[in-house]
Amino acid sequence: MIEARAVGFRYAAHTPFLFEDLSFSLDRGQTVVLLGRNGRGKTTLLKCLAGLATPTAGTIRCSGAVGYVPQQFATPFSYSVRDVVLMGRARHVGLFSNPTARDRALAADAIDLVGLRAFAERAIGTLSGGERQLALIARALASEAEILLLDEPASALDFRNQALMLAMLKKLSKERGLTIVMTTHEPTHALEIADRAILLHGAGRCHESSIETACTEERLSELYGIPMRQLTYSAGGRSVSNIVASYGPVHSE
Amino acid sequence: MSALVKENASFDAVDHRVGPQRLVMPALVALLFATAIAALSIGRYSVSLFDLVTLAGGWLGLGEGRAAVAEPVWRVVELVRVPRMLIGAFVGAGLALSGAVLQGVFRNPLVDPHVIGVSSGAAFGGVLAILLGLGAMALWSMAFALGFGALVLVVLASRKAGRSSILMLVLSGIVVSALFSALVSLATYLADPNDTLPAIVFWLMGSFASATPERAFYMVPIVALFAIPLLMMRFRINILSLGDEEARALGLKVEPSRWFILCCVTGITAASVANSGIIGWVGLVVPHFARVLVGPDHNRLLPAAALLGASFMLAVDTMARSLVAAEIPLGVLTAIVGAPVFMLLLHRTRSEGW
Repeated sequence: MIEARAVGFRYAAHTPFLFEDLSFSLDRGQTVVLLGRNGRGKTTLLKCLAGLATPTAGTIRCSGAVGYVPQQFATPFSYSVRDVVLMGRARHVGLFSNPTARDRALAADAIDLVGLRAFAERAIGTLSGGERQLALIARALASEAEILLLDEPASALDFRNQALMLAMLKKLSKERGLTIVMTTHEPTHALEIADRAILLHGAGRCHESSIETACTEERLSELYGIPMRQLTYSAGGRSVSNIVASYGPVHSE
Repeated sequence: MSALVKENASFDAVDHRVGPQRLVMPALVALLFATAIAALSIGRYSVSLFDLVTLAGGWLGLGEGRAAVAEPVWRVVELVRVPRMLIGAFVGAGLALSGAVLQGVFRNPLVDPHVIGVSSGAAFGGVLAILLGLGAMALWSMAFALGFGALVLVVLASRKAGRSSILMLVLSGIVVSALFSALVSLATYLADPNDTLPAIVFWLMGSFASATPERAFYMVPIVALFAIPLLMMRFRINILSLGDEEARALGLKVEPSRWFILCCVTGITAASVANSGIIGWVGLVVPHFARVLVGPDHNRLLPAAALLGASFMLAVDTMARSLVAAEIPLGVLTAIVGAPVFMLLLHRTRSEGW
């Protein structure tokens, strides 16, 4: 679904690359997480995949429609959830046309799927952060996207809603075969949901591998510049691995 | 995932408009109809409703028409009031529609057709034509040429790295507008105080007094030519109102759509300035009023704003020519009516947005 070859990005010539020589390929139904410290290019890479930014080097090929779910969504107008989700149909509606009954039905289905039925007529600005994220995911689904790009979809949510969000993304990738790329600061989320991971160290350094190879104490400690510890415990009869920050003295660079 | 939200509430996949919302559009059509009748019958020469109906019957080929009413009556109605009513309705609808569209694509509820510099450009064209003693056709051409010229200047001034951001567009519009306003002032300063100066001042303050059947004959199609594409693009305008990056992420090429929209708005604004000078407030206040009535979705907002703009313009114009012995300039009246209405609207705007 996604084929990236030797992709690199920098803001201007003679400045260091954010990431460089990054190659990976993702199949239908696979999930990849982007991990890295603030300002190391997670969102930029996501925008390159969405076609909102142009890579400085290399090529990206997406076979299938892409739905981008931004971290922030603000509009000066009090559009209802239904209005916003319907806008996901943009690329299917001609310049001088209006959404058809089918467009409206797809939007309604998407609202149903994320469980926002009761909120459909509410102004999007009155929703909580989590509900707004769901509305934006519904919008991406309404666009019939096969690739979902999410910028920290769980960062504004409480623990229960984080778990529900991850469960829904998992379900979408399993049942609908959606390919998912998401950024996160939670190794726990990465381990829970992803098949693969891209670690963005900054200054051009990046690393793409399976989630098991990427999410280890050593690699994440190096990535974040603080000690990270792996915890393993049993939950619901299975062994669960979790990597957490061990808040010791922070190493300066 | 439904656990994330509270369950329940019924779900209607087709039409979610409830109760009074369904009645808004018919009510706006009725209002336009009523103001149009008022515009035809009220005035220094009062025309009875009965005479109007008889005349209207005649236009439709029913009844005697002209033959059944006194000659001054049909002359006043057909040669003066109908053209003036048509021009007023189309200018009002066009300005309100343009305002609603611009507020959408610029994501800014304080924008109106004057902000993009086109009004001042067209005004300068018109003033120049009056100053040079040229005729009506030249005034039209120059107003149009400089209106579009102002848009080109805005385009050039707003481009940074091959792109025009919304903020740069608004700022460039303000700059271009200020430039042309200064040129209008200069032309006014240079004008002959006995002859051209009053002509310029009265033209700038706005009036439909110049309405003739011929003028209505080309004014109406010109406004319609630019307004119809805007009305058809209402879903596209919804998407542009989310901002450049959102619109691009949803798969749109933002700039071609936006420039096309700005060209249509420029056409409407230039035509209305050329015909009746600068009429402020309609493009700012009416879209807000319409938004209170039908919500922010441009699918309903644009037709509502156009209908309401036409009614507002007809009501104001009827007042302008019947309140006192002399005609009050339209620009003065729209501001006197518009400013308090706008203040009221701002105070009752819901906290979640426009």
